[in-house]
Amino acid sequence: MSPEAPIHPFFLRLTHWINAVAVIVMILSGWRIYNASPFFGFEFPAGFTLGGWLAGALAWHFAAMWLLGINLLAYLLYGVLTGHFRRRLLPLWPGAIWRDLRLVVSGRATHVPGRYNAAQRAAYVFAIGAVMAAILSGLAIWKPVQLQELTALMGGFEAARRVHFFAMTALVLFLVAHVYMALSAKEVLESMVTGGKERTS
Amino acid sequence: MSRRKISLRDFRPQLQRIERRLFLKQSLSLGALTMLSGCTLKDDDAVDRLLFAMSRFNDRVQAALFDPDKLAPTYAEADLTTPFPFNAFYEEKLAPAIDGADYRLKLSGLIGNKAPWTLRELRALPQVSQITRHVCVEGWSAIGKWGGAPFRTFLERVGADMTARYVGFRCADNYSTSVDMPTALHPQTLLALDFPGRPGETKYGFPVKIRIPTKLGFKNPKHVVEIFVTNDNPGGYWEDKGYNWFSGS
Repeated sequence: MSPEAPIHPFFLRLTHWINAVAVIVMILSGWRIYNASPFFGFEFPAGFTLGGWLAGALAWHFAAMWLLGINLLAYLLYGVLTGHFRRRLLPLWPGAIWRDLRLVVSGRATHVPGRYNAAQRAAYVFAIGAVMAAILSGLAIWKPVQLQELTALMGGFEAARRVHFFAMTALVLFLVAHVYMALSAKEVLESMVTGGKERTS
Repeated sequence: MSRRKISLRDFRPQLQRIERRLFLKQSLSLGALTMLSGCTLKDDDAVDRLLFAMSRFNDRVQAALFDPDKLAPTYAEADLTTPFPFNAFYEEKLAPAIDGADYRLKLSGLIGNKAPWTLRELRALPQVSQITRHVCVEGWSAIGKWGGAPFRTFLERVGADMTARYVGFRCADNYSTSVDMPTALHPQTLLALDFPGRPGETKYGFPVKIRIPTKLGFKNPKHVVEIFVTNDNPGGYWEDKGYNWFSGS
C-alpha cells in the first residue's frame, strides 16, 4: 500500500457513518417499541426514545431497517471481496485477544492508526456479529409466519424477542466502549471523517 | 369600578415565555424527535412524509413476501394461553354486549348476494377450528383457539368479487380494519364464531371475529357487523393513525 493511502478508504468511512445513523435510529426507536410491552422489569426513559408513540417508533424502525440492512450488505461484500476483513480483522487468537484486552483495560495499549490490536479486532467482529444477530432476530419477529423457519431457529417467537433484545444490548455495550475509545485516542475520530494518512514506518 | 373583560391578549407575554421554556426543555431531550413523527404520519412535515412513503413501500414488500400457501404454525391444546389477554382501544368493561338473536351480519360493496346473515346461518356453514399464535403490534403474543367457517368459503358463498383488492370490516365498537384479498383467501383465515375464553364470555369478539393468523392482532377485527369488498383501500382505525397497513406476520 502506498504511503499516501488513507487509513480508512472513502467507501468504509461512508458505510461507517451510514451504519452509525441507522444503528442509533434502530436502538432508540427499538426502545420505544420495547416499552409498549416490556418483558423485563423496566422501561427505557421516554426522553431517550425515538418516535413519540408506538406507531411512530415502528415507522422509524421499519424505515431505518432498510438503511441498516443494505449498508451492512455493501460493507460485508466490500470487506470480503477486497480482502479488507482478512487484512484488518484477522487473526483472532483467543490468547492474543486476552493479552491485548488486558493492555487496553490497564491503559498500556499503544494506538497505531490503521493497525488494530487483537482486542480491537475482536471488538469489531463482535459488533458485526451483534448487528447480524439483531437483523436475523428482527426478521424472525417481523415475519413469524412467512419466515417461520428462521423464527424456529431463534427458539420461537417469544425467544426471538429476547435474542433481539440481547443483540441490542451487545451493540450498546460495544457502542459505549467504541465511542469512549474513539474520543480518548488522538486523531481517531478525525481519520474516520477525513480518511487520515497511513503512517510510514 | 369598571369591570374589565379578561382578554387572552393580556397574558400573551407570559404564555409566550412558558411556551418558549417548554419548547427548549423538550428540545433538550431526544423525545423532541417525537415531534417529527407526529400522530398521523400524514402531516406536511418532510420526515413524516418520508416515513409514510416507507410504510407504503413496506406494504408492497410484505405483499410480495406473502405466500398464500404458507400456513401459520399451529399448536396443541396444552400450549393455550389462559386467560387469553383482552386488548382493544378501550377498557375491558366497555366491550360491546351484542344480542346474538338480533344480530345480522351486513354485506356491501362488490358482493353478489348482499342479504344479511343471521348467527344461525353462519353456524350452518362448514366449521373448522385452529390453535394459532396471536401476535400483537405491541410485541406480546398469546396462543388461542378459534373456530368458525373458512373465510374463503364465506366469500364464495356470498358471491364476492375475488378479483377485487380489499376486504373491509366494520365493527359494533366503531372499530374498523381492512386486508388484502390474498390474505382474506388464505386457508387459515376464519370467520370465527368461537373464541378463547370461558363459554358465555363475549369480550373476545362475539358474535363474529375475523381471525387471521398471518396478520398482527389489530388486523383481526372483533364484533364484526359489516363486511365489504372494494378496490379502494379502506384503511382502518389504527391504520389511519399511522400503523402500517399490511402488518403481515
